[in-house]
Amino acid sequence: MILHAFFFYLFAAVTVASAFMVISARNPVHSVLFLILAFFNSAGLFLMLGAEFLALILIVVYVGAVAVLFLFVVMMLDVDFVELRQGFLQYLPIGALVGIILLIELLVVLGGWTISPDIIAAPTTPIPALAEMSNTEAIGAVLYTRYIFFFQIAGLVLLVAMIGAIVLTLRHKAYAKRQNISEQVGRDPNTAIEVRKVESGKGI
Amino acid sequence: MIDFWNTYGFPFILMVAESLLLLVVLLVIIAYVLYADRKIWAAVQIRRGPNVVGPWGLFQSFADLIKFVLKEPVIPAGANKGVFLLAPLLSVTLALATWAVVPVAHNWVIADINVGILYIFAISSLEVYGVVMGGWASNSKYAFLGALRSAAQMVSYEVSIGFVIVTVLMCAGTLNLSEIVEAQRTHGLATLLGVPWLAFLNWYWLPLFPMFVVFFISALAETNRPPFDLPEAESELVAGFMVEYGSAPYMMFMLGEYAAISLMCAMTTILFMGGWLPPLDFAPFTWVPGIVWFLIKALLVFFMFAMVKAMVPRYRYDQLMRLGWKVFLPLSLAMVFIVALVLMVMGWAPN
Amino acid sequence: MEDLLKDYVPIVVFIGISLVIGLALLVSPFLLAFKSPDAEKNSAYECGFNAFDDARMKFDIRFYLVAILFIIFDLEVAFLFPWAITFGKLGWYGFTSMMVFLAVLTIGFIYEWKKGALEWD
Repeated sequence: MILHAFFFYLFAAVTVASAFMVISARNPVHSVLFLILAFFNSAGLFLMLGAEFLALILIVVYVGAVAVLFLFVVMMLDVDFVELRQGFLQYLPIGALVGIILLIELLVVLGGWTISPDIIAAPTTPIPALAEMSNTEAIGAVLYTRYIFFFQIAGLVLLVAMIGAIVLTLRHKAYAKRQNISEQVGRDPNTAIEVRKVESGKGI
Repeated sequence: MIDFWNTYGFPFILMVAESLLLLVVLLVIIAYVLYADRKIWAAVQIRRGPNVVGPWGLFQSFADLIKFVLKEPVIPAGANKGVFLLAPLLSVTLALATWAVVPVAHNWVIADINVGILYIFAISSLEVYGVVMGGWASNSKYAFLGALRSAAQMVSYEVSIGFVIVTVLMCAGTLNLSEIVEAQRTHGLATLLGVPWLAFLNWYWLPLFPMFVVFFISALAETNRPPFDLPEAESELVAGFMVEYGSAPYMMFMLGEYAAISLMCAMTTILFMGGWLPPLDFAPFTWVPGIVWFLIKALLVFFMFAMVKAMVPRYRYDQLMRLGWKVFLPLSLAMVFIVALVLMVMGWAPN
Repeated sequence: MEDLLKDYVPIVVFIGISLVIGLALLVSPFLLAFKSPDAEKNSAYECGFNAFDDARMKFDIRFYLVAILFIIFDLEVAFLFPWAITFGKLGWYGFTSMMVFLAVLTIGFIYEWKKGALEWD
């Protein structure tokens, strides 16, 4: 139990600290690296809740894929943040205003928020005990049948993301020459070479 | 106090001892795998390879270690020092960390977690960071280009590795690595044919042969082995992302790379070649301890890695991307569908 | 729950020890090796020239596209994992559900193939 508490506070503290570093680091690449650290420790927190599948999927998807994209973007943009910061004070009033409005909204929502007393007693699908079923299987048992609409919508979202990314970023260079490997391999001596009789002293 | 010792102290010391044992054995094996790699490469080219340090050059890797450690560590003036040093540390630590869940024999595993294969998939997907961080922090054009190429390459082949793993999982019905191996003992082709003593037919390499090939080649690309060693293609990029590294940090990249390679060999063994199971299920073979079978199989896979390095010329970058996205991805996607359909129709699906 | 965590403590210990080994290797040349720093030695390698400008330059957007496509397929694989170990229990309903999901993404894949997003030029 001591160990449990120790790891909880360790993961939680590092998550919060690195999340703070994400917004305060001067170099955007450092920000992304701190973001990765934050993801990692959140995965640790998931693990402590017994959600081992989610914890590792968090690492696979967010750290292994999304953060790579972030890293590409901040490396590609090559933003000069010193220059960006120069206009910082100018936007401060508007930023502060938006922040305050958000804070008030959050307070209103949180103030009027109550948890229905029977929600814990009657979850729609009870989580099976770990001893009888690993939580990967527990997810698999409901995701594809019971929650089929959410699952299919997720598929559609991915499709839209794929098409959107291509529409937004794909620019073909006009001068690019491409290789058609099957065409290359399909060539035979009849089409590839031509035997010509060369008369002496004439050339072709 | 005694109670505290029994619940925390003793298991902790046991864990440390187990981990140290595995790591030391692993590092020694990696040292000899490196030596074997150079020897095999030399033999293919009719050279002798390292043969001076120790009998037949057997201590070459250790001599290299000492040499690297005694070299002057240079950090380029324009580099981002923290990230520059973090990159090799990260790539070594991650490559070694994956070994925590690899079962080398029955119950010989540091942590037998339910989602072992997912853990390996997750941690090995992070190895791209060592490369990207190293290339970016060096603040050198070659390193930067090498890092970009390498990142795109590793990422592209990870997709097909993911699909390959899924096909194996469909046959085994579990994410636990030990159970995947056990599943290859209890049911498979040999059992279906009624010849259970031909245990090697039970393993997944035969029914999933196309996936076995895809996995092997993707493993080469994922670990930046020739013919996919584009990140360090010396004719184009000098040494790719490692161009600014020397001394021990360079060695750590090498060590990380070989640790990742040995992991891929172990993974191939576990997923497709029955892990620690003997190839024939009768007397003289079953007497041999599982760890020996595991090592033999993993080293056999490594021999294939080394032979590929010696024989195949390097790919061009656009061909590499084409192979990953246009050949392996559709192939493995189709295989997921076919395997699932066959298992469903024949009623062979686990559970 | 406690049992589950017991499985993971060895991993933490193992990662800790590999980190120590890595750190020892990383620090050792700084303690042991002979050092004579020099301006030329410490400059970035650029074929004998002094570096013209900062090495971190803008690069092709194609790398970004590859990363996005990777995220999408990685998510697809993530959805496949729990299905792969339960599809025997789920029966034909679960099977069809996943096949529809894969078909939708295959449409996307065909689209990107036809658009030439997989060409590297």
